[in-house]
Amino acid sequence: MKRLLLSLFMIGGLATVATAQSAQYQDAMSKQVADLDSSGTFAPDALVAKTNTFERIAEAEKTQWLPYYYAAYCQVMSCFVGQDKGKIDELADKAAANLDKAETLNPKNSEVACIRSLVASARLMVDPASRGMKYGMEAGQQIELAKSYNAENPRVYLLLGQSLLFTPEQFGGSKSKAKTMLETALQKYAAFKPESTIAPHWGEPYAKELLTKAQ
Amino acid sequence: MFRINLYLSLLLFSPVILLAQHKISGKVTDNRKRPLSGVNVYIKGAYDGATSKADGSFSFTTTEAGERILAATLSGYQPMEIKITTENGEQLSIVLKNAANALRVVTISAGSFEASDDKKGTVLKPLDIVTTAGAGADIVNAIKTLPGAQQTNDREGLFVRGGTGYETQTLIDGMLVRNPFSSSLPDVPGRGRFSPFLFKGTTFSSGGYSAQYGQALSSALVLESTDLPQRSSSSVGLSVIGVNAGVENLSKDKKSSWGVEGDYTNLAPYFQVVKPKQTPNLGPEIIGTSLNFRRKTSPTGLLKFYGYGNWSKMGFSSPSIEYPGDRESYQVRNGNIYTNMTYRESLGKDWRIYVGISFSNNRDNIVTDTLGKGQTPADIRLRSSLNQSRVMLTRNIGQFSAIRFGGEYQYATELFSVNHRSFNYADNYTAAFAEGDIYFTPSFVGRVGGRAEYSSVLAKMNVAPRVSLAYKVDNYSQFSVAYGDYYQKPEPQYLRFDHGLGYMKATHYIASYQRVASDYTFRTEVFYKRYADLVKTAPYYSNNGKGYAKGIELFWRDRKSIKNVDYWISYSWLDTKRDYLNYPKEVQPDFAATHTASLVYKHFFPKLSTNLGLTYTFATGRPYYNPNLPADKFMSEKTMDYHALGVSASYLTTIRKAFTIFVLSVSNAPGNKQVFGYRYSSDGLRRGEITPSVPRFIFLGMFMNFGIDRRQDVINNL
Repeated sequence: MKRLLLSLFMIGGLATVATAQSAQYQDAMSKQVADLDSSGTFAPDALVAKTNTFERIAEAEKTQWLPYYYAAYCQVMSCFVGQDKGKIDELADKAAANLDKAETLNPKNSEVACIRSLVASARLMVDPASRGMKYGMEAGQQIELAKSYNAENPRVYLLLGQSLLFTPEQFGGSKSKAKTMLETALQKYAAFKPESTIAPHWGEPYAKELLTKAQ
Repeated sequence: MFRINLYLSLLLFSPVILLAQHKISGKVTDNRKRPLSGVNVYIKGAYDGATSKADGSFSFTTTEAGERILAATLSGYQPMEIKITTENGEQLSIVLKNAANALRVVTISAGSFEASDDKKGTVLKPLDIVTTAGAGADIVNAIKTLPGAQQTNDREGLFVRGGTGYETQTLIDGMLVRNPFSSSLPDVPGRGRFSPFLFKGTTFSSGGYSAQYGQALSSALVLESTDLPQRSSSSVGLSVIGVNAGVENLSKDKKSSWGVEGDYTNLAPYFQVVKPKQTPNLGPEIIGTSLNFRRKTSPTGLLKFYGYGNWSKMGFSSPSIEYPGDRESYQVRNGNIYTNMTYRESLGKDWRIYVGISFSNNRDNIVTDTLGKGQTPADIRLRSSLNQSRVMLTRNIGQFSAIRFGGEYQYATELFSVNHRSFNYADNYTAAFAEGDIYFTPSFVGRVGGRAEYSSVLAKMNVAPRVSLAYKVDNYSQFSVAYGDYYQKPEPQYLRFDHGLGYMKATHYIASYQRVASDYTFRTEVFYKRYADLVKTAPYYSNNGKGYAKGIELFWRDRKSIKNVDYWISYSWLDTKRDYLNYPKEVQPDFAATHTASLVYKHFFPKLSTNLGLTYTFATGRPYYNPNLPADKFMSEKTMDYHALGVSASYLTTIRKAFTIFVLSVSNAPGNKQVFGYRYSSDGLRRGEITPSVPRFIFLGMFMNFGIDRRQDVINNL
């Protein structure tokens, strides 16, 4: 009897260690994900630090797609906030590598496709004149893909709205269309239930900010 | 029960009990002791870590105990791992070494300008060629704004560093193009046959090029065709001189594509309005078509086919200099076919193979006479065909080095007849080449190679050694030197009549320095070229000609200093003399100017969605032959300086779903007088100026592209 109890407790103990690890993961991730929408996160140095943290978690976990996803997100954001265009391709390469890993762990994912679209836009920025055709198209295709994987993903509409807002009118951009699209995005944000507290849920404040520009 | 509780608490809290906190801290520097920031320093396999600050310092706590691996990573540096004991992990000093990344790896650059979308740090992008004002979307005209090229706009071809147009060879995907220019009329150069949109990369080499290429004394223009398109599309173009349309189709699996294109050009209506110097009496009319097919045969294999057919007729009559009051007529009908098929594949770990075959055929029927003198018009027929095949194997050695070797075989026929008297010949040409790119360090490379050739019509062989070295000083700057021997068969018009000729030879010595950053490029090159065995036609056919060319070239391109402006400046100083053909002595030839400079300016107005381009080119006068001067004054007179200002404006918009560009371009906008030389009557009493047929050419066109998504402009404000 004693033995049985003992072994039961042993098993219970091992389970505790396992949940402790997973709790550590949840803990670390929630802490990192919490301030993704705050403006302080988008200082170049802060983004580097965040990228590094997500990469550390990714390397330790290896079976979770979210750390790879967030590392790529921070890397692509670094492309947009950085001053040196010469660094964009390198950062984009790294983001793409992280997205490949995320996608292997979680295939056909709408969120990953959204970031891929951002990566293409970042590459385009290096030399819009000669890269416009290739990467502009890729950015558009990835958004379409993201929409086909999950039409309820608000970030799809955020990116579409952003694109409409910043595209010159000669190329099909339009403030009024952007406004409608961003309003759709906000509706989707209101309805959107992230799978967990650490699943992607960024962008709502940014969508609101863009909407004021589209007025 | 107490015991069980003990177990319970032990088991439940054991992770916590073991979690003592240890501080890990220190500083990261590079091997020159400069602090590195942004370094990811962490305990391997744990979350614990930190990012180094601007002063290179880092600090974090960990619950890991005992011996652990501390890793430090930063892009551009080799990752580092050290073993530490967490209880004793303070004041660590970590030194990261530079990684040999692509930015720091030197590439052979002496003598060559590369335009490519793929590679970083290239001087020009393919689009730059299309948007250069005054170039008329002609590849060679755009290349003429680069140092080393001459402004010889009265004859076709790329005249480079004291060489003739014949001394430049054009290659598409490694295969020679026998007639890269459309057939021309006297003093009216033919345009390049190939649209710049076909190519993803263009390398203009003004000397010192690789042993892969032969039969060019001065220069190689290496064009690399595009791979699979991004998606299916169709295009339509309409302009004052013609129409064109094309379809490009990408298969569903995105592994193969085909494309068809057709164009029709008729200059007659334009010449009705703008009267050219000569009077058109045939055409000018051109029908062109092309076909392409591409297939990805495996993740690393690519098969490409490109076929081109072009038929043109044009003719002018102009006042005769020989017989005052009479007119001379010159008409040419041309048919040209060029086909090219290449296959690339990786053969296992380090080997790659390239195979190419090509067939081309060119036919010119020329009728020329002096009207009113009752002579039979001269009926000249030229037919040339070229079959070629080429194989090349590449083996990578280590991370960067590679050796390449291969061979090519060409069978060429040259048929020529004047009033049905023929002078024909055929040539079997075989070549083998080998070269190695050896990286002594990632920033120091040497390329050593050689090429051996045999031509049956000359019945002679040659062996040409080539060497270049390049050293990268830092991320942006490098020095290069190159040396090489180059051989070329004499032009068909001399080989046809005299079979005792041998190869012409040039030896190149080049030293260059370049600094390429993301927003600007500076480049300077000095060269010396020695010519030997050039063809002489007087007093008799021989290879006794010789000459030299030396010069200094500068290039500066800046995309940053002025917002929305991209400009480049090039300057070439050339000192060249040669004794060839019927020259009585060594003189500066009539195609060479001492000073040549170009300024290309492109300004984008985002609000208007309009690109404005200006291209100004200048060249000092070129020598010309005046038969009234004694032999010792041969080529001693020079034409006036050359000035040209090309202007272009393009407006980008969408019409329904089609991406549309309107283009207006004017060559020589101020209408400066341009004189390229003089033509004398045989008694030397009268002469005519060689000038452009129209002083300024105005082009207005519209190009539409359907099915191409333009969502990219997200960018502009992000």
